[in-house]
Amino acid sequence: MAYGYYPGCSLHSTAKEYNISLKAVCGKLGIELSEVEDWNCCGATPAHTTKEELGVALAYNNLLNASRQGLEDILAPCAACYNRLKNASYAVKHSPEVNKRMNELTGGVMERDMKVYNILEFFRDIYGQDNLKAAIEKPLEGLNVACYYGCLLVRPSKVLNFDDAEDPVSMDDLVRLIGGNPVRWSCKTECCGGSHAIPETDIVLELGRRIFTSAQAGGAEMIAVACPLCQANLDMRQSQINKKFNTDFRMPVVYVTQLIGLALGLSKEELGFNSHFVSAAELLKK
Amino acid sequence: MQLKLDNNVNQFANEIEHLSGCSISDCYQCGKCSAGCPVGEFVEESPTRLMRLIQLNQRQAVLNSKTPYLCATCTTCSERCPMKIDVAKVMETIRILACKEGLRPAVKAVSNFSGAFLDSVKSNGRLFEFGMTVTFNLKNGTPFKNATIAPAMLLKGKLSFLPQSIKNKERLKNIFANSSYFEDREEKKEH
Repeated sequence: MAYGYYPGCSLHSTAKEYNISLKAVCGKLGIELSEVEDWNCCGATPAHTTKEELGVALAYNNLLNASRQGLEDILAPCAACYNRLKNASYAVKHSPEVNKRMNELTGGVMERDMKVYNILEFFRDIYGQDNLKAAIEKPLEGLNVACYYGCLLVRPSKVLNFDDAEDPVSMDDLVRLIGGNPVRWSCKTECCGGSHAIPETDIVLELGRRIFTSAQAGGAEMIAVACPLCQANLDMRQSQINKKFNTDFRMPVVYVTQLIGLALGLSKEELGFNSHFVSAAELLKK
Repeated sequence: MQLKLDNNVNQFANEIEHLSGCSISDCYQCGKCSAGCPVGEFVEESPTRLMRLIQLNQRQAVLNSKTPYLCATCTTCSERCPMKIDVAKVMETIRILACKEGLRPAVKAVSNFSGAFLDSVKSNGRLFEFGMTVTFNLKNGTPFKNATIAPAMLLKGKLSFLPQSIKNKERLKNIFANSSYFEDREEKKEH
């Protein structure tokens, strides 16, 4: 059976290595993904902070398309898309008025309840940890990884209901499963500043500085993420952070799917490791 | 700040409660929302203070505050509020209300970014990052903002020069044209 796949805008551009590595991992594991037909942008932060209904409707339209396609569930690897899709699904389920309005705005009624999964949930609950464990060819051999969840994977917990909002463990468990060593650190769910990177760059640089300081203090060699915004803000802006605060962080920020791929025996090229601004090549030579 | 209180002191709190579905009067000023706020140190009015200003009917001060714009919508405040107030939803509500009333946004750059982002989604159905950044810079009057980042991203193949477009533009048009600023919470309250 194919799983519904909602890549979202980032995975086609700024987070292309997330898309590449996810597809490579799924190819290797024999997981079939079926892209949601004619998917549109989930609206991200700008939609729901401009018009409440717009934020729900843009996300809902994708759930509608997926249900019409006969899909039963959707894997949304981007944490922001996951958050918005899940929010729309929650909103129509819990409010008949919102449901009615969404039907009016999109001209369609969902044929079934759409389940939306993030990447960690997908490997934990759908594909299964035992299955993944059985497929490991090259364990990461004690690589010290700071598992960074950020905001949108875990909050609001009432809507997402996936992992602990203050001390989530699903990514740590996954990294441990593939042979890595998830470090203890204090910024697992701190905010990276998200879409403020463009309009309020200074805020994002300061928040990034705090995250790197904590990861370094925890003994991490790299940061693993499941969100294109977190990845861009930490990887692409790392040199700006160093320049601004006179620091010397050199910490690769990689997608968790890239690490899974390595453990499955895929090559760095197949997993898009050349797309990072702070290269992980040196670290992974060991 | 000097506060003027009048007889109708709950008017604005009631308005925000109605629009957001959050109970403003439940806030007893514990400060937990501000303690965990990632942008707390960048704003004049902390979330706690803003909640208090709503309780004190300070409509103009609240709608002109920078805090709701600088809010990163991380929802840490909502997650930790001991009274289960969705503080982030209150921030969002203030921002939408200010926009609905046509007020000059308290943080122009954030508002311009949202505008450029939504313009891009409105015309293509998907975000066209390169075009959005150019539009934002023009709107914002900062033509060279992020100018060093864009070429590096292009080199890494992380930015495309051409937008992707969806097929069902009619439905998209309807969504943009007919979405309301706020959900109608009237009926829900009666239940």
